[in-house]
Amino acid sequence: MSSSFNESAEHMDVEYVAQLARLHLTPEERTLYQRQLDQILGYVDELKAVDVEGVEPMAHPMPRTNVLRRDECGTRGDREAVLANAPSVRHHQFVVPKIVE
Amino acid sequence: MSVLNEKTVEELSVLLESGACTSQEIVRDVLAEKNRIDPVIRAYVELDEEDALAQAVEADAARARGTAGPLTGIPVAIKDLLNVRGQSCTCGSKILQGYRSPYDATAVARLRSAGMVMAGRVNMDEFAMGSSTENSALQTTRNPWNTACVPGGSSGGSASAVAARMAVASIGSDTGGSVRQPASFCGCVGLKPTYGRISRYGLTAYASSLDQIGPITRTVKDAALLLGAMAGHDPMDSTSSPLDVPDYAASLTGEMKGLKLGVPKEYFVEGIEPEVDACVRKAIAQCESLGAEIVEVSLPNTRYATATYYILATAEASTNLARYDGVRYGLRVEGADPIALYMNTRAAGFGSEVKRRIILGTYVLSSGYYDAYYLRAQKVRTLIARDFSEAFARCDAIVCPVSPTAAYPLGSCADDPLKMYLGDIFTVTANLAGICGLSVPCGFTSGGLPVGLQILGAPFAEQKILDIGYAYEQSTAWHTEKPAIQG
Repeated sequence: MSSSFNESAEHMDVEYVAQLARLHLTPEERTLYQRQLDQILGYVDELKAVDVEGVEPMAHPMPRTNVLRRDECGTRGDREAVLANAPSVRHHQFVVPKIVE
Repeated sequence: MSVLNEKTVEELSVLLESGACTSQEIVRDVLAEKNRIDPVIRAYVELDEEDALAQAVEADAARARGTAGPLTGIPVAIKDLLNVRGQSCTCGSKILQGYRSPYDATAVARLRSAGMVMAGRVNMDEFAMGSSTENSALQTTRNPWNTACVPGGSSGGSASAVAARMAVASIGSDTGGSVRQPASFCGCVGLKPTYGRISRYGLTAYASSLDQIGPITRTVKDAALLLGAMAGHDPMDSTSSPLDVPDYAASLTGEMKGLKLGVPKEYFVEGIEPEVDACVRKAIAQCESLGAEIVEVSLPNTRYATATYYILATAEASTNLARYDGVRYGLRVEGADPIALYMNTRAAGFGSEVKRRIILGTYVLSSGYYDAYYLRAQKVRTLIARDFSEAFARCDAIVCPVSPTAAYPLGSCADDPLKMYLGDIFTVTANLAGICGLSVPCGFTSGGLPVGLQILGAPFAEQKILDIGYAYEQSTAWHTEKPAIQG
């Protein structure tokens, strides 16, 4: 996977990463983001100067424990109101393009 | 002449209780002022007048029945990323235009059950990504103090509406300063509560380990009232805190004596506008004259905060925004297969800053780069949080600037996202550490732009920072200043 990227940490293969993020970019956007993101990566590179030896990563501000709800039936949401927001609906289901030929 | 819109939540509560005014009168005055000046400011994304008045009728009826509480009948404007049943929730994005919320966010539901009137939704940077509200795909919002300047962001609609007296109060969200910075730019009070103090259920996610809902108001007491109404555990958000919610507003003492305020030397550095520096230093001296003891503290990892924030926030955003795929809600742009549908929809629906952050976030999480960027940033986050816990062992709260600058001219950060990111240096730290922070008006530049004092507190020390803010506010008149706007 990493061979798809340029070696230098300050230069990103914008088109490839946009593909991963499911974003279609115009050639103008590609040029603009390349310049801006290289600049931003150059800036965040300063983190490499921090001594993080032995420091635990922090994923969350508060101590977290797993929370399970009771296995009980309940009503959640208004189906008609939810489906009203869908771009395409048939028989109370979302319609999407064909996935398997 | 509309006058009730100029009152605070606290004042309106007294007027309503005594029968001196009705909720309908308040809402009418708010609507009149909005119709007069919003064509210039453009804070509101949508305000359904009939719906707001119907809620006011219901609030007045509740009062007649004797079932009203202190907030019943008072209107509040909601940032357009909190779900309000039946209303829009664009998040400032084309990708959600036309969406109608099927439910109320918990914070909204609690304000409703306190009797408040949901009076419109206000503009913001797209998906809360930005510091000027210029990243909204819908409209440009202006600063009421100088309409050539930005209102700050991302809750720029909230702050400008409250400052311009076309909202009594507003609810925003703060992921890296999005409540405190616009409050500072517009001369309002803005509170970012501790992570977990208010349920995030129904708040459209930007960066889930950093997001927090907060009020933007004209006074500290109003912020305390709204915090009290929204805070508390919610089964729908497992990260919401089970800690009891005190009566913040009733507990305000206005007493500064004996408190130790820490001044972090890393927050008074080169790059801060001299007039901002002067206002904040004067405010700190005022706290001292009110009886606080000022001590110097150090937050040595501050210089790494912006880089840490922009790695972690964009990483979380890149996953959170994967949900906008054109399938279940929002915009759809057809494609030959599902992948093409996703790519076309997201290309057409997202604005420039959102795409930039999604790409950056995807990159820092990708194989081969995860350790160097994301994991390393998480470790630096630990160091930043540790800085604060060490500082709070030596003081009751920290006082510092909100932003290195006052509001800047519209367009001045166009095409230079990094320049805008660097302005977030004094606010992102609180989100990274999960602590609470308050912005209180503390003066004006010679150009007439407001400056804010930031008061940072340890986790769940909201009462303390509100108390300090209240004592300072009551000894000054900054919060009573109002902008002159020609409608």
